[in-house]
This record gives sequence, structure tokens and C-alpha cells, in this order.
Amino acid sequence: MSLNRKYIPIVVTILLFIIMFVAGSFRYTGFFSLQVLMNLLIDNAFLLITAVGMSFVILSGGIDLSVGSMIALSTMVSASLVQQHGWPPVVVIPLVLLMGAAFGSGMGAIIHYFKIQPFIVTLAGMFMARGLCYVISIDTITIDNSFYTAVAQTKITLPGGSFISISAIIALIVAAVAIYTAHYTRFGRNVYALGGSEQSSLLMGLPVARTKIMVYTLSGLCSALAGVVFTFYMLSGYGLHAVGFELDTIAAVVIGGTLLTGGVGYVLGTFFGVLIQGVIQTIISFEGTLSSWWTKIVIGLLLFIFILLQRVLSARGSSLKR
Amino acid sequence: MSAQEPILQMTKIHKRFPGVKALCDVDLRLYPGEVHALMGENGAGKSTLIKVLTGVYSIDEGKVEMEGISISINSPLESQAAGISTVYQEVNLCPNLTVAENIFIGREPRRFGRILWKEMNRRAAEILSERLNVQIDVTEPLRMYSVAVQQLVAIARALDISAKVLILDEPTSSLDQNEVQQLFRIMRKLKQDGLAILFVTHFLDQMYEISDRVTILRNGEFVGEYMAKDLSRLDLVLKMIGKELSLLEDLPSLAEDYKDSFGEVMVKAENLSRKGAIEPFDLSIRKGEVVGLAGLLGSGRTEAARLFFGADKPDSGKLIFPGGSEGVHTPREAIKRRIAFCSENRKTEGIIGDLTVRENIILALQAKQGVFRTLSRKQQDEVAVEYIRMLNINPPNPDHLIKNLSGGNQQKVLLARWLLTAPQLFILDEPTRGIDIGAKAEIQKLVLSLSRQGMSFLFISSELEEVLRVSDRIVVLRDHCKVKEISDKDMNQQNIMQAIAGG
Repeated sequence: MSLNRKYIPIVVTILLFIIMFVAGSFRYTGFFSLQVLMNLLIDNAFLLITAVGMSFVILSGGIDLSVGSMIALSTMVSASLVQQHGWPPVVVIPLVLLMGAAFGSGMGAIIHYFKIQPFIVTLAGMFMARGLCYVISIDTITIDNSFYTAVAQTKITLPGGSFISISAIIALIVAAVAIYTAHYTRFGRNVYALGGSEQSSLLMGLPVARTKIMVYTLSGLCSALAGVVFTFYMLSGYGLHAVGFELDTIAAVVIGGTLLTGGVGYVLGTFFGVLIQGVIQTIISFEGTLSSWWTKIVIGLLLFIFILLQRVLSARGSSLKR
Repeated sequence: MSAQEPILQMTKIHKRFPGVKALCDVDLRLYPGEVHALMGENGAGKSTLIKVLTGVYSIDEGKVEMEGISISINSPLESQAAGISTVYQEVNLCPNLTVAENIFIGREPRRFGRILWKEMNRRAAEILSERLNVQIDVTEPLRMYSVAVQQLVAIARALDISAKVLILDEPTSSLDQNEVQQLFRIMRKLKQDGLAILFVTHFLDQMYEISDRVTILRNGEFVGEYMAKDLSRLDLVLKMIGKELSLLEDLPSLAEDYKDSFGEVMVKAENLSRKGAIEPFDLSIRKGEVVGLAGLLGSGRTEAARLFFGADKPDSGKLIFPGGSEGVHTPREAIKRRIAFCSENRKTEGIIGDLTVRENIILALQAKQGVFRTLSRKQQDEVAVEYIRMLNINPPNPDHLIKNLSGGNQQKVLLARWLLTAPQLFILDEPTRGIDIGAKAEIQKLVLSLSRQGMSFLFISSELEEVLRVSDRIVVLRDHCKVKEISDKDMNQQNIMQAIAGG
């Protein structure tokens, strides 16, 4: 059975990850280990969580530029409430998540009901969230709350001696739930339909308004969760956290094989898109002499390749079969 | 089957839009197990009637009954719930989703909220193969298939929803001959299954091939409901355009007898065609000749004219010009070759309402000269005054805003604009539509006198008398095909009408 063409981008993504990982293993001693693989997840947990939310937005034909700022705002609110006001984390974390979801659904409602491009609305959201960080404080707020430090330092040992962090587990759960949602629920399929054609979705009687607002709510929620995880990782709140991070997220989604025009792609692809970004960073740190900016260069090249690949595939897809 | 009651009955439907009566006293009866054709020229009210039936528009007056029970339809969803499903001309599905999903999305089979893909694919394949006789891989994205297959998928979706009444809105307009036959086989099968099908088309041949009953509309009014087999082609056409054959008198042609003495060929189309617009046709126009294009609205007249001007790109064929140069051209090149095109959409493609008469007149000339050779205000005024006098434009004030002029005078300004570029071939698409009798006669006279001075014309009009009056030769189009060329003594209304009706 020949490979269905719709799976080509995701297969390319997965193969690319495997090739990079294998290449790294041959070149550097100590690279080929479960721990290196786990570290990819540990170091990129917040990227994975954000990218999962972003996948839904891009699949629906939209874009969300506010995610980086939302992460910063989440770290800031968490740090401020826990550290300066002494609120318990068990209250703060749900509050931060709620804030992210509300922020996202607000943007979604504006996008849908006023028919404004998502780019502009979320750009405004990006500036607003970033600005709000500085209302709280212009300085870094370091967290020494015992819950946060405990979560940050917890290492769950896996059979074989390697370990994984709580953040990575959260990210894996988010990704798994998202894959199920995208493929097996009506909401998920409506997102794909919306990305395929909004006009048709309306005429087919699908809940376009609800789906669209939900997508941005989900992205807001995911970025707030990523902010919480980022707080565990950095143990601080700061207005300059995750600057430009929305672009890394979009890059991960696109390298994962999702079409920027919407309707085509898989959350699993995003998962590997994130791992590819991680593996590039790992290779560069193993290399030792290269500047970390090489990460950006390689990611830039990969983006070009993937966009071209999609163009070629969709051009061939339009040669019809009877 | 004729003894049955109609499943859907619409009585005395009225629909008004601001300033327009879109539907007036229209009846429609759909019987189970029948294909019912809805015929009429463009603008006859077919689309409005369908939109009323599908809940896009609400009716102002009248009654809709489904299986004898009065219903009101206020939204597409309500229409669907009542058992009326529609497949639109442009397929309204999601090309990125699989065939199966497109049939089931919004109604996917689920267990505990989880979509059962296997079940969905199985049922999709079942619907397609059992009800439509189509075997395709339902797990492929829809965009992998041709428009014809996409349309079948849309029909499958409609059938699965609940349909008792299936509306097919111009389904054949983007299909080729084989695909049309496939669609017809499916329609026959659905008919046997007891479905009532409303088939909207402007193809006469297709109507006769598939329909049992036909309702004809004209200008938003109900003309009548007939059994297709009892209605001759000629009667059908006469009813669509609203004439009685006995009343067709022979008007003396203003054009002189067809002469072989016309000059060289100005432009010759060879095998020119565009998919969905006009089938391949040949046509040459000679210097000083007026060629009339006759046919029903929607028969491909405008489409043919646009190919001559280069406004659309042909799929096949070429244009040959004097001196042997040939090829497909763009409107810009057409203007360089001194071809002018006066579009039928005066308001949207012609006049610029907020500019003055003078500015509207000089527009094309200025465009031809380019921005660097601006006409001085004095030249502009001279030109404008000259043409206002020549064409008798009223009011004779070059600084009047054109939107305040009457339709006939706007049309004259447009003619002036193009005449100023001294065209050798002038394509006029419905130049006299919606203007008063006096202005009409003036425009017709102008065409004749200019042609005697050596200008060639391609003249399109829905009014047969007018085409007859000005043309030296008449080309008849039917169902997007050139079917006949009529010249000399054969040019009379009966002959043209026969050619338009065909078969």
C-alpha cells in the first residue's frame, strides 16, 4: 500500500527527527541515551504546551501572536501573588490558567464577532499582555516558595536510570489529550473544517462561532499553562521572559507539517516539530564551539524547506484524480 | 406517478427587494419521483426562488406546504430539517477533510463522545455506492477529486441529512459531457427511490433529457408549469423570452443587404473556447460589418465577446488579426489593436459615477496615451463638447456628474469614451438595455452609420428585433455553443428562434 499523500509532511518531520538524533549519536559520545531524549522534553516542556495550543489556532486558519507575552504575564502574576502577596500556589495556579483562558476567549470573540484578522487582534493582545507585566513590576521577581522549588527539583526516575521532570509529564499529557481531541472529537474536526473553509462550515451547519472562540481560549489556556511550567523552570517572574517566543512556537508547528493556511496538519507533527528544535539545540551544545544562534539559522533553513515541501505537495495534490 | 400529490407545494410566492419585485405570484409543485426543471433566463428569479426554498431569504407573501402541512422556512437549518437539501453550483464542502467527513461532519457517529471513524467510513462508502453508484476511497481528502465527484459527495451529504426534496442548482455548469451523464444516471436512480428533484439549469438539451416536468419563470413571474414531453423546444424558448410566434413580424432590416464587398477580415477567431463559458467556435468579422450575437441570456454571448476583447483567457484557440499576427491577447493589447468593449454592466464595469461627463469620456483615450501625455483641459473640453453634440447627450454639460444622467445618456457617454479611441472593432454588449426607446433608436442608428464608415461591430442584444435591425449577419448561440450563422434573406425572427430552440 502506498503512503497516503496527506501523511507525507508528518512522516518527513518524524524521519528528520530520527536522522538528526542518529547523526548526533554517531558524532558525539554520550549523545545516544534515553536521558538526552528526556532532556529534550524537560527543556522544551513549555514550548510543547504552547505549540499544542498554537496548532489548533493554525489548523483553524488563524494565528496567535500573544502566546509569548501570555507566558511572561503568567510568570509575573504567579511570582507576584506567591512571592509578594503570599497566596498559596494551589489558588494561584488555577487563577493564572483562568486568566489565560479568559484572555484567549476575549481575543477569539473579538476576532469572530467583529470580523477582524487574528493577526491584528492577537498582536494587540501581545502588546497588552507584555505591558501588563510591567504594571506588576519592572524587575525580576525570584520565587523561593517551597512548592515551586519542590516541583522544579523533583526528578522522577525511570527504569534504566534516567529521569524526567513534572513539567515534561504535564507537557506529554497535554499533547496526548490534544491528539485525541483533534482526531476523535467533534470540536477537533470542526477546527479542521473551519480551517478548510469557513463559508462551507457555516453552510454545513457547524458551530463556527463557538469553535473559533474555543480555539483561542484553548491557546490562551495552553500558554498560561506553559507560563506556569516556565515558572517552575526559571523560578522567577519577569516581563522579559519568552520574548519572541510566539515565533518559535509557530516555527515548531510549521516544521511539524501544519499548513499555515489552516485545515491540514497533526498535533503529533507539532510534537516532533518541538523535538526537532530541541535536538538542534542539543547538537549545538554538544558541539561546544558553535554559538547558540546557529539554532536560529538551522530552524530558519528548516522552515524554508518545510514551506517549500508543502507548496510542492499541495501543487501535486491539485492534479486531480477521477 | 402523476396521480400523486405533490410533496412540496409553493403557492403565490411573493418576494420584494428594495425597488425590485424579485418574485411575483410564483407557484411551484414538486412531485416525489420526478425531476422538475426550473427554467428561465438569467434574472428570471430562479436563484431567488431557490434561496426562498432553502431559507436564505424569507418570503413576503405566499404559502409553502410540505406533504400537505404548511411550513415556514427561516434559515438553512430549518429548510434541512423540513427535508429540503440543496447542492449549490459551487460545492460548499471542505476540501481538506476526507470524503467521509464531508458527508458526516456535524453528525459523526460517536460513542461516549468519541468519533467512530471506521463506522463513519463504512457508512460513507455505503451511501456513495448504494445510492449513487460511486466507488471511491472515502478516506482521501476531498480536494483530491474532480469537481464532478465533489458534487456527488455534496449530494451524498444532502441525502444522508434527510432529503425528501433535493435541489440541484446549476449542477452541470462546470461538468464535462461524461460527468453530466454520470450525474444524470444518479438523478434517474434517485428519482426511482422516490425523491423529488428540482433541477435548475439553463441548458435546453439537458432539461429535455432528464426532466419530467418544467416550471418556467420570466422576470420574476410565473409563466407556467408543463410536462416536459408536451412542450416543444420552440414553445419553451418563446415562453422563456415571452413572445408568441404568431406575433413575430418581420421588421424591415435597417442594414443593407449582406454584401460580399465588406473589407478585409478584421479579426478571426479560430477554435476559441473557455471551459464552462463557451465551446470552441470560429467567427470572423470583416471591416464594416455588424455581426449580431443572438441567443438566450446565459447562452454564452457575453462570454464569447469577452474572449474577443481578451477580458478572459481562452482554454483553446486563437485570434487572428490582419497581417497574420495571431495569439491570445489581454485587454491592453486589444485596445492597442483598436478593439473596444462596452460591457453589459454599465454601472459596475463602465461608468465612474462620481466623475463628470467630460472625465468619463476622456478616460479610455487618456489610458491609451499613458500618464505622461496628459490631455490639456482645453483639449478635453473640445473633445467632450464635440461628442456631446454628436451623440446628443443630454444635458449637454461636460461638467455634470455622470451618475445624475439617465441610463441612455450614460450609455452614450460610454460609447463616446470608446469612439474617441477610434476603434476598428467595437464590441457592444447589451448597449440598449434599460434605456428609453428614443435613445435606443439613436444608438442603433449610430451603429449603422459608423459601420458604413468602416467600423466593425460585434453586437449583442436580447432583443431579437434589434439584432435583426442592425446586423449584417447573425450568429446564434445555444447552451454555450455556436449553433448557426444566419445571413441574407434567412435573417428573420422565426429562423433565429428555431436556431435558439434547436433540435
